Amino acid sequence: MRPILHRILALTVKELLALLRDAASRAVLIGPPIIQMLVFGYAATFDLKHVPFAVYNQDRGRLSRDFIARFEGSPSFSLLRVVHNQNELGQAIDDKSVLMAMDIGPTFTSDIERGRTTHVQLILDGRDSNTAALAMGYAQSIVTTFNQTQISIQGGTLPSTVLLDRAWFNPNLDSRWFIVPGICGILTLLVSMLTTGLSVAREREMGTFDQLLVTPLHPTEILLGKSLPGFIVGFAEGSFIILVSVFWFHVPFTGSVLGLYLGLFCFLLATVGIGLMMSSLAVTQQQGLLGVFLFMVPAIVLSGFATPIANMPQIVQYITLLDPLRYFLIVLRGSFLEGAGVSLFWPQYWPLAVIGVVSMIVAGRLFRRRLS
Amino acid sequence: MDAVAVGNLSKSFGKGTAHRDALKNISLEIPAGSMTALIGPDGAGKTTLLRLLAGILTPSAGAIRVLDHPLPKEALALQRQIGYMPQRFGLYEDLTVEENLSLFADLHSIPHEKREHRFAGLLTMTALGPFRKRLAGQLSGGMKQKLGLACTLIHPPELLLLDEASVGVDPISRRELWSIIQQQVAGQKVTVLLSTAYMDEAERCDHVILLHEGEILAQGNPAQLAASFEGRAFVLENVPTAPRNLQAQIAQLPGVVDTVIQGDGLRIVMQQAEPPALPQKLTLYGTPKPVPARLEDAFVSLLFSRTTRHPIPLPPQRDIAGDDTAVVAVKDLFRYFGAFAAVKNVSFSVRKGEIFGLLGANGAGKSTTFRMLCGLLPSSSGTLRVAGVDLRTAPAAARARIGYVSQKFSLYGALSVQQNLSFFSAAYGLENPRKQDRMAWALEELELKDYAKMNAGELPLGYKQRLALACALMHEPSILFLDEPTSGVDPLARREFWARVNALAESGVTCLVTTHFMEEAEYCDHLLLMSLGEVLAQGTPSEIKAKARSKAHPTPSMEDAFISLIEEHEQASRRAS
Repeated sequence: MRPILHRILALTVKELLALLRDAASRAVLIGPPIIQMLVFGYAATFDLKHVPFAVYNQDRGRLSRDFIARFEGSPSFSLLRVVHNQNELGQAIDDKSVLMAMDIGPTFTSDIERGRTTHVQLILDGRDSNTAALAMGYAQSIVTTFNQTQISIQGGTLPSTVLLDRAWFNPNLDSRWFIVPGICGILTLLVSMLTTGLSVAREREMGTFDQLLVTPLHPTEILLGKSLPGFIVGFAEGSFIILVSVFWFHVPFTGSVLGLYLGLFCFLLATVGIGLMMSSLAVTQQQGLLGVFLFMVPAIVLSGFATPIANMPQIVQYITLLDPLRYFLIVLRGSFLEGAGVSLFWPQYWPLAVIGVVSMIVAGRLFRRRLS
Repeated sequence: MDAVAVGNLSKSFGKGTAHRDALKNISLEIPAGSMTALIGPDGAGKTTLLRLLAGILTPSAGAIRVLDHPLPKEALALQRQIGYMPQRFGLYEDLTVEENLSLFADLHSIPHEKREHRFAGLLTMTALGPFRKRLAGQLSGGMKQKLGLACTLIHPPELLLLDEASVGVDPISRRELWSIIQQQVAGQKVTVLLSTAYMDEAERCDHVILLHEGEILAQGNPAQLAASFEGRAFVLENVPTAPRNLQAQIAQLPGVVDTVIQGDGLRIVMQQAEPPALPQKLTLYGTPKPVPARLEDAFVSLLFSRTTRHPIPLPPQRDIAGDDTAVVAVKDLFRYFGAFAAVKNVSFSVRKGEIFGLLGANGAGKSTTFRMLCGLLPSSSGTLRVAGVDLRTAPAAARARIGYVSQKFSLYGALSVQQNLSFFSAAYGLENPRKQDRMAWALEELELKDYAKMNAGELPLGYKQRLALACALMHEPSILFLDEPTSGVDPLARREFWARVNALAESGVTCLVTTHFMEEAEYCDHLLLMSLGEVLAQGTPSEIKAKARSKAHPTPSMEDAFISLIEEHEQASRRAS
């Protein structure tokens, strides 16, 4: 047993040295994660801020000014321009200078003062449906508070049902809290797959693979020696991003560290296994890289990182069951926001472990078949 | 008129500590219609010079005029008139032979009506006609080089620049390549400048330029260059088989520059025009006879006078008596790829301490046989015993006893010399303190100490080769497999490498080697000649040569023997099918 461990250790050390001493591969491990961390952390947000809007106010009364001021005062909107006819309003939407246009009729103030219902036309740029829907939601809530204020001033009756919304786990619905833990999953997936997915192909290209095969190293030992660096790099990178999330982006960590790391371990088992599968298939590094990206893109889309899995068609939802990132994202978000621990995560751990073990066995088979 | 005129040309690469002068203030002229060879050790600046003349590199200083175009100003205009074939010609391996030709015709905008005629001519000349529809990636090494040359010639060039066109090519393809090049010179009046590691190729040129560390050490007509060393070459004939020990002893005599084994003879080159003074105990081998000097003698003498040499220590003479055990035994070996039999019914055995050479044309099945012996490829049927272990039942045990040096000196480029040694010794299961001992041995014995911290990828070629040898020897294997270990290596580094291999063989390590250098075949104790997957001949170098003896060739060289035996066999099997 000892000589086997000795040989696997030697191979692992060699792999890590080869990765870290080579300027290009070192850059691949360090550069993209930091860049992506910053891009995702700062740029990717679902929160709408400062939506530019235009107003055509035909009303001369006090209430329309108050109404517009409520939009102006909200952090979600900023008044870009006041226009003086309907055409200009359409123009502003057409040339994309504003996302929302508001048309207030001439009888706005007088209608409300007489206790009559009045209409405000809101035009949204539907070319970006997601943003339009969000803006509409914000506008709706501003209008609701405006109505409530008017009713209480004028002494009318309040609607009988009032929604009191409280968001649990993320009281301010800050989307960064949702995205940043997800990046940890994506980047760990990327580096562990790159480390393992290209390693055999790199040796094939350099011609060192034959040299490795003529040593007494058993194919299984080679596979183990190739997978350990993926684990080590994945753990290091994952831990780095977790620390940045907590101490730089101030995402609260409420769960158990053990629960998270057990999840990270199972996740790496799966990604390293899949990486090794690609490694045993790819003849050149280019093929390996292509394989990694062919896997990465659907894995991210199907993981629930950006769009909820529950919204996907049923068949696609079944496919997501094969996606390791799907499970790990639940562990990550659970650990950060829900305060969940090991006991809650078993339904995520075991599928990851199954994917890991199965892919490792397949990789081993492919590897040996490739050799003969 | 001169096709090429170069004045005070210098080229350096890198800045600061990485600064390196590739060419230092050289001047030369190449007359139009002539054939010139660039020779010199690795890193002498041959490739840099060729690339400068092709207009791909910009000189650091000096003037270049090629075909009346000043460079680098008129590089684009020049490139329409020249053909440049780099060391690794960029064939598109996923395209067929014909598609590759069409592509290069497109690149040179050859009109469609002229193409068919040109293609037909080139395909006939290169004998690639039957392979028109084959993918370039599936051609043998020799055929790839021929196709590369055909693509270079697609637009008839006025100047042909060839960078080691015949590296890794078997003697038959090499001869074909040469006849194509010579046709261009004779028929089309093309000027040719080529770099080569083969001295016999240089000898066939009109003019030779010897580069060393970026400077021209000598230039002139090859016969004249050789003539200036006349009277310094001698031969000891009919020495007993495997005269390695004798060679090592004579190499250390005062005044001896070079010794080369030639079958059962030993060629000696002296510093002065006087025969070597053999000590008393060696006089029984006869007196050395003077022979005409060759270009290689000039090359070796000129370069050895410039470099400090460390003699490879003489191993203690081994007791050969009663050591007839077969270390490698191969019986009825077959290997099929689909329906194609790459290796057919091969049987041979190798005795302990022998140097055993495996020869054959590209695609003869020798690489396949070699890979099966190393355990890199399973056999389809037959028995393979290496170091007394059956490769089928105990591959790991067999692998622990062999060392393998591959063609490309497979090392981890990003790891330092020391880290490479450390990894391979650990992979072979060495543990401290033995690992420490062996690493110290490797750094000392193979003179790698000064480079211990350098990345393997940055080593000069000769040192890469040494490190590859060291890595294969860390676990003191009893059998060493050398797969074209000297491909593309200059004559000096080749001599040093063989001195080490000889020393290993003398100390009892069995060495199996494949090579395309027929002179290296002469260094072997035993040869196996393969063709079309079958064993064509086996025996000592003299026995092989004797088989090819005919009225036309009373004393065939190893290369003659190789070519005539293989061509005869290929024709016979073609008739049979």
